[in-house]
Amino acid sequence: MNLAIVVNVVIQGVLTGLVYGLMALGLSVIFGVVRVINFAHGEFAVVAMYAAYVLFVTLGFDPILSLFPVAAAFFLIGYALHALLINRFIGRSEHEQFILLVGLAIVIVNGLLMIFGPDARPTNLPYSFDSYLVGPLFVDKARVYAAVGALVVAAALFAFFRYTTTGTAIRACADNRTGAAVVGLNIKRLYALTFGLGLACVGAAGALLVPIADASPLLSQQFTLLAFIIVIVGGLGSMAGALIGGVVIGISEALASLFMAPSIKSMFSFALLVAVLVLRPQGLMGRRI
Amino acid sequence: MTDLWSSIPQRGRVTLLVLIALLLAAPMALDRYLISIFVLIFYYAYVGQAWNLLMGFAGQLSLGHALYAGLGGYVAALLWFYFGIGPWLGVFAAVAVAAMFGAAVGWLGFRFGIEGVYFALLTIAFAEFTRIAFDNMPFTGGAGGLFLLYDAQRSHEWWNLRGGPLLFYYIGLVLAAAAAVLTAWLARSRIGFQWLAVREDQQAALALGIDAFRVKMIAMLISSSMTAIGGVLLTFYYNNLFPTQAFDIGRSIEIILAPIIGGLGTIFGPIVGAFILTPLGEGLIALTGSLGIDAPGAKAVFYGLTLMVIITLRPDGVWPWLKRLLALTEVKS
Repeated sequence: MNLAIVVNVVIQGVLTGLVYGLMALGLSVIFGVVRVINFAHGEFAVVAMYAAYVLFVTLGFDPILSLFPVAAAFFLIGYALHALLINRFIGRSEHEQFILLVGLAIVIVNGLLMIFGPDARPTNLPYSFDSYLVGPLFVDKARVYAAVGALVVAAALFAFFRYTTTGTAIRACADNRTGAAVVGLNIKRLYALTFGLGLACVGAAGALLVPIADASPLLSQQFTLLAFIIVIVGGLGSMAGALIGGVVIGISEALASLFMAPSIKSMFSFALLVAVLVLRPQGLMGRRI
Repeated sequence: MTDLWSSIPQRGRVTLLVLIALLLAAPMALDRYLISIFVLIFYYAYVGQAWNLLMGFAGQLSLGHALYAGLGGYVAALLWFYFGIGPWLGVFAAVAVAAMFGAAVGWLGFRFGIEGVYFALLTIAFAEFTRIAFDNMPFTGGAGGLFLLYDAQRSHEWWNLRGGPLLFYYIGLVLAAAAAVLTAWLARSRIGFQWLAVREDQQAALALGIDAFRVKMIAMLISSSMTAIGGVLLTFYYNNLFPTQAFDIGRSIEIILAPIIGGLGTIFGPIVGAFILTPLGEGLIALTGSLGIDAPGAKAVFYGLTLMVIITLRPDGVWPWLKRLLALTEVKS
């Protein structure tokens, strides 16, 4: 097989993987701080895809730019969702949280199905079929834009957690909840804020996915599982880990599609998940717990 | 057994006997459609009990039980399809294969200390892996599915599970009842108390000299074997199998809903949950139909909302609350 084709496919996998990584970052932040497993994560990603799709069809808004309004709206949704509903489930057992979020996921998927129907909605952008020519390589313009968008959002989130007082407070909650409460931090508000930020990530990722994949309600479960695999592979609680996990999964799926068949690409992701769980449970980038 | 029976208070015993008698006689008063709903109720009560044994008693969260039901169904169906081996024999092979997979998942999980959500993800990974494998295997029918011919000439062969809803009604009833008795018996035995010890505090259980690995493995093996039998039943009832349905995570979720909604770690929880959820799903189809909302998904939206409401209001499940309401007591778990 031609080496250039392989390199092309790998680059595509890296670019797509960065967007997946941003989606998983949202899950990682929520899981790492609030300790709630967001089993409706992929469902939210697909809602964001439809939001970006509607913005494009009605107002002609570019999906890459629509990541800003969509992420802002998702932040508010996440904040409200936590304050009104999820907060009651903090400290309850995992299976109760699971049923709550699975119920929410069922409502979201079928709500989308009622509104938009089961057919995939492609978005034809002016640059959909453009590519950058680098030597023998063709790089999709749409994927480059999406990957850059994902990196920008991830960097902003990273800076927020690293350099702002609120971000530091949230990290304190994640490290030691009781200690954080003792020094007077408003845990409930910070958790709601974190849930909002996690959903903002997923909202941004959903908007960025629109040029790469056609919006369809059927994608949601796949995305939820994908986000979980990425977070575990990359390492829970490591922000860089989510992005790196996304890239690893992106490359492995792209190569599996090339050398084997597209229908079995996720087999490799699941095999990777099992291998990481058994051999390196803290993930590639995580610290040993 | 007599010990088990005498542990139920007088009022509970009478109620239980009346219920069993009613369920045995019910098909005479029910039409085909209602009988088919009861078949599903019994199926979910049965597989729910199998899952409840692992999660409710041994405390291990599996989100991949569709794997065992699907494997059980496929093994029995393939034996019937290719060699004409009837399900009464095939079920042993089905149980053996499902238990092997259960052992593999359990060994990886328990030996390498994969716990809680991580263990749940491991079980999902195995189910999804198998789904994709079956999707691409030609001799199982691949993604196109596997179909068991329904031959009217053989529809009296109840010993080969060829028959109508009435046959499956009674088999389902027996299975659900047997699973409840087995769980109640196990819960009161040595292993049952060891499960509870491991569930509540594994470190303390280890300190008491309980072999946590062995105890959890036993729960996994019993649970996966029981689930496989449920899979065989459902496959011969519906006469078709598709990897995307049989191993789907949605199937796994369906299995765990009844015990959680009914009451985790109780004997009657899965049964109560199945009696609530299955008629709810069917009722919503009728309701959305009569309201003129025939958009696909309308029923499921209400179903999801109901799940959220129940888990918010009755986090311990409906049965413990119902039990207090009716002043009945069950075998303490």
